[in-house]
Amino acid sequence: MAQDVKLTMDGTLLNWLKNAGDAVKSGEIIAEVEADKATVEVEAPADGVLVKLLAEVGDELTEGTVIAQIGAAGEASAPAAAPEPPAEAAEEPAPAEEKPTATASASVTEDGRIKASPLARNIAREKGIDLAQVQGTGPDGRIVKADVESFTPAAAPAPEEAPAVAEKAPAPAPALSGRQTYGKLPSGDDVEIIDASKMRRAIAENTVLSKQMVPHFYVTAEIDMDALMALRSQLNASLEQEGIKITVNDLIVKAVALTLRKFPNLNTHYYGDKLVRHKRVNVGIAVALPNNGLINVVSPDADRTALSAMAVHHKAMFDRAREGKIRPEDIRGATFTVSNLGAYDVEHFSAIINPPEAGILAVGSARKVPVVKPDGSLGVGTRMKATISVDHRVSDGAEGAQFMQHFRSLLENPMKLLV
Amino acid sequence: MALDKATLLDWYRQMVLIREFEEACQHLYNEKRITGVYLHLASGHEAIYVGAVAAMRVGTDHIITAYRDHGIALALGMDAGRVMAEMMGKRDGVSGGKGGSMHLASAEHNFYGGYAIVGGHLPLATGLALACKYRGNDQFVISMIGDGATNNGYFHEALNMSGVDKLPNIWIIENNGYGMGTSVEKAAGNPILHERARGYGIEDYGRVDGQDVIAMYDAVSRAAKHAVEHGPVLIEAMTYRYRGHGVSDKQYDTRLKAELEEWKATKDPIEILKRHIAKEHGDVSAELDAIHQAQLKIVEESIQFADASPLPNTLEELFAHVYVD
Amino acid sequence: MAAKNLPMRDALRRALMEEMERDENVFVMGQEVGVWQGTHRVTQGFLEKFGERRVRDTPISEMAIAGAAVGAAMAGLRPVAEMMTINFAFLALDAMINHAAKIHYMFNGQFKVPAVFRAASGWGNQATATHSHTPEVIWAHFPGMYVATPATAGDAYGMLKTAIRNDNPILFSESIGLYPRPGQVPDDPDYMLPIGKADVKREGKHVTLVTYARGLEWCTAAAKELEKDGVQCEIVDMRWLRPLDTATVFESFKKTNRAVIVEESLPFYSFGSEIAAQIQEHCFDYMDAPVKRVSALDVPVPYSHDLELMCFPNAQKVVEAVKSIL
Repeated sequence: MAQDVKLTMDGTLLNWLKNAGDAVKSGEIIAEVEADKATVEVEAPADGVLVKLLAEVGDELTEGTVIAQIGAAGEASAPAAAPEPPAEAAEEPAPAEEKPTATASASVTEDGRIKASPLARNIAREKGIDLAQVQGTGPDGRIVKADVESFTPAAAPAPEEAPAVAEKAPAPAPALSGRQTYGKLPSGDDVEIIDASKMRRAIAENTVLSKQMVPHFYVTAEIDMDALMALRSQLNASLEQEGIKITVNDLIVKAVALTLRKFPNLNTHYYGDKLVRHKRVNVGIAVALPNNGLINVVSPDADRTALSAMAVHHKAMFDRAREGKIRPEDIRGATFTVSNLGAYDVEHFSAIINPPEAGILAVGSARKVPVVKPDGSLGVGTRMKATISVDHRVSDGAEGAQFMQHFRSLLENPMKLLV
Repeated sequence: MALDKATLLDWYRQMVLIREFEEACQHLYNEKRITGVYLHLASGHEAIYVGAVAAMRVGTDHIITAYRDHGIALALGMDAGRVMAEMMGKRDGVSGGKGGSMHLASAEHNFYGGYAIVGGHLPLATGLALACKYRGNDQFVISMIGDGATNNGYFHEALNMSGVDKLPNIWIIENNGYGMGTSVEKAAGNPILHERARGYGIEDYGRVDGQDVIAMYDAVSRAAKHAVEHGPVLIEAMTYRYRGHGVSDKQYDTRLKAELEEWKATKDPIEILKRHIAKEHGDVSAELDAIHQAQLKIVEESIQFADASPLPNTLEELFAHVYVD
Repeated sequence: MAAKNLPMRDALRRALMEEMERDENVFVMGQEVGVWQGTHRVTQGFLEKFGERRVRDTPISEMAIAGAAVGAAMAGLRPVAEMMTINFAFLALDAMINHAAKIHYMFNGQFKVPAVFRAASGWGNQATATHSHTPEVIWAHFPGMYVATPATAGDAYGMLKTAIRNDNPILFSESIGLYPRPGQVPDDPDYMLPIGKADVKREGKHVTLVTYARGLEWCTAAAKELEKDGVQCEIVDMRWLRPLDTATVFESFKKTNRAVIVEESLPFYSFGSEIAAQIQEHCFDYMDAPVKRVSALDVPVPYSHDLELMCFPNAQKVVEAVKSIL
């Protein structure tokens, strides 16, 4: 049975001193991690063979992250130091680059079959391991020998058990790889070749999967934001004492959550001939990270959470995300996502759905624009455009339009958000 | 050419054996006791085989042919029962049931086999003669060539190399006028096939009456001496086949019935030999009849032998001799 | 064992010469083997040493060269027939496949055909479509033939001796690109490598590279490259395409659970197809990734140099194939 090597501090992995497959003795230094004020040596917790390396040099890791596993001699065999990512986020309570739902389904094919090598199936059969519980690290998420050999039920909290996504039904999995290239790699003085980060590759996989499998359609609405902006000012003035600040984004998330409550079909995930309707409304929020990259944090039960509590929770999550200290619960169980680029002064845009979610709302900036007032006179108003992307397998244009209609009415009559 | 009576009677015996054997094969094929799709009968060609084989030292000199090979096997003295067993694919067949009608052979008789790809055996004959010359012995190689085979590349390459290296090859074209259904005139730019010898620096023995066993014996005997001393010889033996190209395709036979009847009536090799014996040695009809009866008995016994032989049916037999171990 | 460092060409020449010295029945025949000294210089000096009887220049007659070799072999000699290039051996396919390979069987073991057909195989130098083949698998397809495809000078030496002394017809393919490659050649006139035994040229535990002939060069370079990433490749050099030593392939695969098959030839109905099929049939429960193939591209080989190079495998393509299944 493999034993985990856990970090006892936050830090960046500087160096592996051992390779996968190497024998190690208890107390032997296997890695160096740059913590806040010092370089810390990571010791092997037991005698054995380094079965698996679960982090790469340069990874920012949080306390408790399992960076390696030590097993009995003979268990080691996978070329874990190989160029392809040997480990995936699901086993680590550490920054996860992939959305949990997508991660959980990475080893499952479109038709619901678990993707595992014959050898992995054989070993799983002998050891009595349920492959549905194993996270695959092979190409396209295939479960390979190393995954089943290093698998322990305790060490692998199944992402499927996340509160909002309890179903074990298989989700769509990559049809084509996001690692597609365009022939020979260019070279020469005019270009710089950079290794794609794990997160970049994960985003690539996920978005390619979505764009290839999910038939998107888009509905855009323009929303009068004057009333909302006014209400926000009032609220923030009253909350100032408590140090709470409600953002436009918080109000939008709230509005989305309430709209989803009214349109449960868009809080539904598509699984072939089955549709999974979520009873909880957990709104994912895309967060841009400082050094490129993107992570979707989750606002759980956003329809039922008070705005002030939501605002506090959101801020704390965003800070953790930007500092690379995200917690597993921060990224679990989204049922619908909001992507807000309003801070960048954009008119509007459309976003790519995170499968298996049925939709994503892309929010532009609230901008001062010339408007025709209800009395026919010209004036200046605050307007914001939002575009919902909808999985056409789940819903149709009319419902998308009604969703936007309701969403707009909530924002234009913002008192409804407080009720 | 003066030949003693015993020799002539022995040739008669061989030719009758071949004729009756082939007729029996046709009969057995009709009865589906010989089941292979390929069965090419030698009826009409008997004098060529008997005359040529008579000119060689069986077991010392070498012979190779195409798929119309029953006559040569019998002329060489191979056991008729084992030849018939091969027709039926039996365990006691000369090739263990693996060759069939087209692939008779006997290492003991230096008979390197019948071959079923038209022309394919011709360079083998070149190589066999190369071995004779390499060893510096006085042996030669007889190779039969169907008239149709003179038109494919093997003929050209094999005879040319034989001519270049002055190898002891005796090349005998069995010109029966047709390659399957196509006449020599339609298939050859120059239908005088023996004239091709000149292009290869091969001694041209011209056309020889393939229905006259004595003429064949005479020509091949002279060719043998020439081949060993000077190099290859080409003989064009004129003949006619009494049956179709093969038994399975006789319905497509495009030849004129009258042509066949004329050959049978005027140029039958057995009748020609009988007339010759009568002329040289008087009335021997009783002896000939006795010989004929004896051959019928041999053929009958060959069928009994073949019938009694088991069919090969084991995996060991199937896979034996793919490789030399 | 003492050994000399010789180019493969010289190793072949030495093997052939020693076999001719040893056995009077061994002789060479083919186009330009004598006066010209061999198109690839393998028979350099032979005519002077052995004379015209045993070093036989032939007309440009591939059917007759192969067919006469078969006939001479049936008569008990041990011909070594040279096809100037394997492309020309296409003309001799009938003689080799229908005759050399079948005679022993067809006549129930009455005749043996101990002929060796040497043929220079491969591409390069813009030889263009009809002169850029590595089609050994065509011969390996047929029971009755053996097919030798040495990858190193030492192997070429030991395998040619084995081939000449063996009683079966053998296509002995010599990769043109390997003729000048030096290697250790044992000083032993009886150095014989067993028929149909593969050789593990490099040991590793992460992936098995299955190859032959020139593919060994690409695999070796790729293995060195991959080693930098901690990937240890095991290289199985088949040496013979028939008999095919699948046991060694299976043994390696059961250890590494992954395979990339590297062949210089075309991908359809190929060496790679055969090995992949055998692995899935016999090692299914040991497969941890799909079996990958690196082959020539499925196109006739054009003249222009860059296009020509695109057609063929190289070390980088092997590296990429390995990475794709890790």
